[in-house]
Amino acid sequence: MNFSQMTTRQRLLGILLAAVGLLVLPILLQGFGSAWVRIADMALLFVLLALGLNIVVGYAGLLDLGFVAFFAVGAYMFGLLASPHLSDSFPAFAAMFPNGVHMPLWVAIPLGAAIAGIFGILLGAPTLKLRGDYLAIVTLGFGEIIRVFMNNLDHPYNITNGPKGISQIDPIHFFGFSLGQRWDFFGYTVTPVVMYYYLFLALVLVSVVICHRLELSRIGRAWMAIREDETAAKAMGINTRNMKLLAFAMGATFGGVSGAMFAAFQGFISPESFSLMESIMIVAMVVLGGIGHLPGVVLGAVLLASLPEMLRYVAGPLQAITDGRLDSSILRQLLIALAMIIIMLLRPRGLWPSPEHGKSRKTAEGKNKASAQGSAA
Amino acid sequence: MDIFFQQIINGLVLGSMYALVALGYTMVYGIIGLINFAHGEVLMVGALVSWTVIGFIQPLLPPWLVLLVALVVACLVAAALNYTIERVAYRPLRNSPRLAPLITAIGMSILLQTLAMIIWKPNYKSYPTLLPSEPISLGGASITPTQIMILVVTALTLAGLMWLVHGTKLGRAMRATAENQRVAALMGVKPNNVISATFVIGAMLAALAGVMWASNYGTVQHAMGFIPGIKAFTAAVLGGIGNLAGAVVGGILLGLIESIGAGYIGDLTGGVLGSHYVDIFAFAVLIVVLTLRPSGLLGERIADRA
Repeated sequence: MNFSQMTTRQRLLGILLAAVGLLVLPILLQGFGSAWVRIADMALLFVLLALGLNIVVGYAGLLDLGFVAFFAVGAYMFGLLASPHLSDSFPAFAAMFPNGVHMPLWVAIPLGAAIAGIFGILLGAPTLKLRGDYLAIVTLGFGEIIRVFMNNLDHPYNITNGPKGISQIDPIHFFGFSLGQRWDFFGYTVTPVVMYYYLFLALVLVSVVICHRLELSRIGRAWMAIREDETAAKAMGINTRNMKLLAFAMGATFGGVSGAMFAAFQGFISPESFSLMESIMIVAMVVLGGIGHLPGVVLGAVLLASLPEMLRYVAGPLQAITDGRLDSSILRQLLIALAMIIIMLLRPRGLWPSPEHGKSRKTAEGKNKASAQGSAA
Repeated sequence: MDIFFQQIINGLVLGSMYALVALGYTMVYGIIGLINFAHGEVLMVGALVSWTVIGFIQPLLPPWLVLLVALVVACLVAAALNYTIERVAYRPLRNSPRLAPLITAIGMSILLQTLAMIIWKPNYKSYPTLLPSEPISLGGASITPTQIMILVVTALTLAGLMWLVHGTKLGRAMRATAENQRVAALMGVKPNNVISATFVIGAMLAALAGVMWASNYGTVQHAMGFIPGIKAFTAAVLGGIGNLAGAVVGGILLGLIESIGAGYIGDLTGGVLGSHYVDIFAFAVLIVVLTLRPSGLLGERIADRA
């Protein structure tokens, strides 16, 4: 499985096969129905999210349990800028945009990403002194704060429409080309879910390249130095404050972009999609796959995002066998929980761990096993 | 002023339940450095078990005895459960990367909720009121006998725990293990036994809190452990995680902040923010405290792990 040990030819062949597979996948899935393509779409969105969180947790070693907040910020920003909601609830907006606010993509998505990034810095700034589990609880609290605001900002001014959520969000459209409708290419009909698949796939590929370049860059090296030993990193002249803020901001930006994509894809958002459980699932994706290792993170995200959905189809017969005692959603949850526990017990470093990760800690552990509570995140 | 006094009482009751759960978090954290996300679910299991027991024995015994039996059975089941969880899901990962046991803890939490759904069905169940329900008037405010019971039981439990930790051999072994497992082992302490004991004691405290919680609010359900779990974790961090007195201080403080906040936030903000924003209060205070004192109110060592 070790990529780096293959010859260049084998590698090229592998990449080519993977590329063809990824391009053909939605067309194959379409044969089984649009629901399966939808699963693939959501899996890609979660890959994007997991890649963002991987920058924060995997590279910089900052355990963030409120990552879904940035996803929410991006989604709400896009939702507000591309739906009739603001015009419906504010006369001032109605005067400016009588048909509802429909900002072009080039405004809505960068704005969503930028605001998410700013929130990332807002979260990072007061927590710079905190380490480890203290950081975990503060980020968890931050996520909850955002969720409470989403839930309650419907009065006295109706900004988020509260638990009812925002609907009628525009699909992705650029230069008059909308992903929200069917298109015919050379006599072949392409449905919106398939188009979103290609859009998300492109975004994931761009993100993987960005993350890979980051990992090899000075910034990435600095993050990993902080992850392994913050004090030493500081002593070596790394500006740990700026580097940590940068990690938070970059991770949050990824979250914001995927949030905007999610809002456009679903056409509807509500606080329900941004619960603490979602944050925890994203952390689980990163850790189950192999923290700080790009192929692992992608694998973890694809598995955890798509397995539960696929199990939905398997669960039907099982439910019938057990006389309905095992509801399909209960069974799904049961299997996810068991998967999380069993995978961690069998492969504590993740399904596809990085060959290098935690190396320096390992040697330190050998010297002083007593105080080592396991190595860094 | 009456409202203020009333909110203080409510806050103390809520806070003492948080404190009981927070103690379990903090003891486990102090010894093996794990955020035990399944701890809130142990509270839930305790409450549901006591509900089942009460259903069986309520017609047979006087109410106070029913409550006592239910409490004891809940504590025993929770203790056995937490002991098993530690052996199965945490002990094998003792020397793994730190996030691995965190993920198994989250998995355990989901697993327990799912199993509870299968065993007890997902609906809300009403929890019988076993103590007299007539509130007692207390200088303009009122307090129910259940609330008095919660305050008394918590105070007694805390006193007992303090004696256990500071006055017994097991307590000394626990403190030694928390300080340095290897050196403690050299001194004849068996770390694995101490860790098991910690999980058993923590589970009993959680089950106790679960029974109190259910008696106070009158309903039980499979998801009831989540909020107390998160709040108790917050309380433990607020007080300085790993520090027993800190967990109690953090728990009571959080309870007071929440109930006073809920009582006054509407007036303070002219109705812009309602009592729905109560969670924000708790977490905002947490962020402020940790910014000023990164190791929590009573925490001494900087958490350099993770």
